[in-house]
Amino acid sequence: MTGHSAPLASRRGWSPRDRRRLSRGGQYVLLAAVAAALVYLADWGAIRQSFLNTQVAADGLPRLFSAALKNTMIYTASGYVVGFALGMLLALMRQSSVAPYRWIASTYIEIFRGLPALVIFLMIGSLPLAFPGFQVPGGVYGQAALGLGLVSAAYMAETFRAGLQAVPKGQMEAARSLGMTHTRAMLSIVIPQAVRIVIPPLTNELVLLFKDSSLVLFLGVTAAQVELAKFGNDQASTFASPTPILVSGLTYLLITIPLGYVARRLEQRQGTAR
Amino acid sequence: MSTVEIRNLRKSFGELEVLKGIDFTVEAGQVVCVIGPSGSGKSTLLRCVNLLERPTSGQVVVDGTEITDPDVDIDAVRRRLGMVFQQFNLFSHLTVLRNVTIAQERVLRRGRAEAERVARETLERVGLSEKAEAYPAQLSGGQQQRVAIARALAMNPSLMLFDEPTSALDPELVGDVLAVMRELAGDGMTMMVVTHEMGFAREVADRVVFMDHGMIVEDGPPEQVIADPRHARTREFLGRVLHPEG
Repeated sequence: MTGHSAPLASRRGWSPRDRRRLSRGGQYVLLAAVAAALVYLADWGAIRQSFLNTQVAADGLPRLFSAALKNTMIYTASGYVVGFALGMLLALMRQSSVAPYRWIASTYIEIFRGLPALVIFLMIGSLPLAFPGFQVPGGVYGQAALGLGLVSAAYMAETFRAGLQAVPKGQMEAARSLGMTHTRAMLSIVIPQAVRIVIPPLTNELVLLFKDSSLVLFLGVTAAQVELAKFGNDQASTFASPTPILVSGLTYLLITIPLGYVARRLEQRQGTAR
Repeated sequence: MSTVEIRNLRKSFGELEVLKGIDFTVEAGQVVCVIGPSGSGKSTLLRCVNLLERPTSGQVVVDGTEITDPDVDIDAVRRRLGMVFQQFNLFSHLTVLRNVTIAQERVLRRGRAEAERVARETLERVGLSEKAEAYPAQLSGGQQQRVAIARALAMNPSLMLFDEPTSALDPELVGDVLAVMRELAGDGMTMMVVTHEMGFAREVADRVVFMDHGMIVEDGPPEQVIADPRHARTREFLGRVLHPEG
């Protein structure tokens, strides 16, 4: 110690370290008070009866897994496939030397990133009005894939664009110098590397889509086509208990938390590999 | 017949004129080294030979085909030209073997078995047959550059272009790459090499071309251009390169 900080610290009686301690202690006390208030105010008997009704939960479980979770996964996967393909197409269009392609792609991305996904799902049922006689193939499954695909494509396009830009220019040059056409070089060299680079954000997009699949409930689905959110909601009204909604929520977490963890791990691994 | 013939080649990037009227030929079987300070336009000249850069004006004729003609199928021309880059540019998502086979299959339409046979032969030639299953990131810079040479050779080029092939390498790895290039020259490959390796140029080149400010200043056999340059600018450049402490 050179003695420089001593006069500063003692100027107002409290050293900076004392003040930090006091502030942190105050925050702990506040947190404890809020927790105690919540515990005191909550009706534990009612909570156990409504939210943790094991009988209701057990009754729903078989169909939760055999129908609701399965359908949620189908909606998510098919929407992801549509979004992946359309997103890649949009990303390539944004880089195109054909100006109208670039305009179309950026307009699409702006619009679909700016709209709530719910609005798109509400519109999908009206598509036949614009194209008389047109039906989305696959019924609700097709409509769900289209709706989720249209939404996620806009986000994936931006992700792919970042990935394509991250591939060093020399890769394209090397491919062209070997006599590959531009298209061949994109397909064999640039796109595979770009996709590899963006696997972590693509995994996050899968998590988002898994949650957005709950919007399928607005398409008007039958009992066989039910997904997690609607299943929970229907069961809740049947049994007049919020427990099924809680179970549905936990089922979402069962998938989203591990996936999010995988995405973060992939990101870390890429961070160290570079 | 000459392999490469360049006539009054000019190249500008916006306002900046990088090549100011280059006339230049490479005869079949010749090794031509292009030397000069950075920014002299030597890499741009090399990249104009396979149209990685489009010349602003002038003609480039390769194997009798005028490649600056807009109607020429440039991919067909590039098939006969091998290029080796300063930064190697190996395809990082593919194994060494796949790096060497992919263009054979996708461009020359060779079958998988034949492409792999050719790949293993060329990898043997650059001394890396045991690395066939490795990924580029697992190799040293010198090894990567030798794979890049093998990748180009597997296409049976009639001309090899080298763009500062050893400039990105640690000094102790330069020798292996130069040894491969020396061997290639000995086998009669036509080569155009942009380099700072004066020892290599003196020993291997049939001709040395000194460029400065987008023009060819001096062009002749190495014993003349390197050992006894006529122009003051060449002497000054060589003085700095050969005796950096000077």
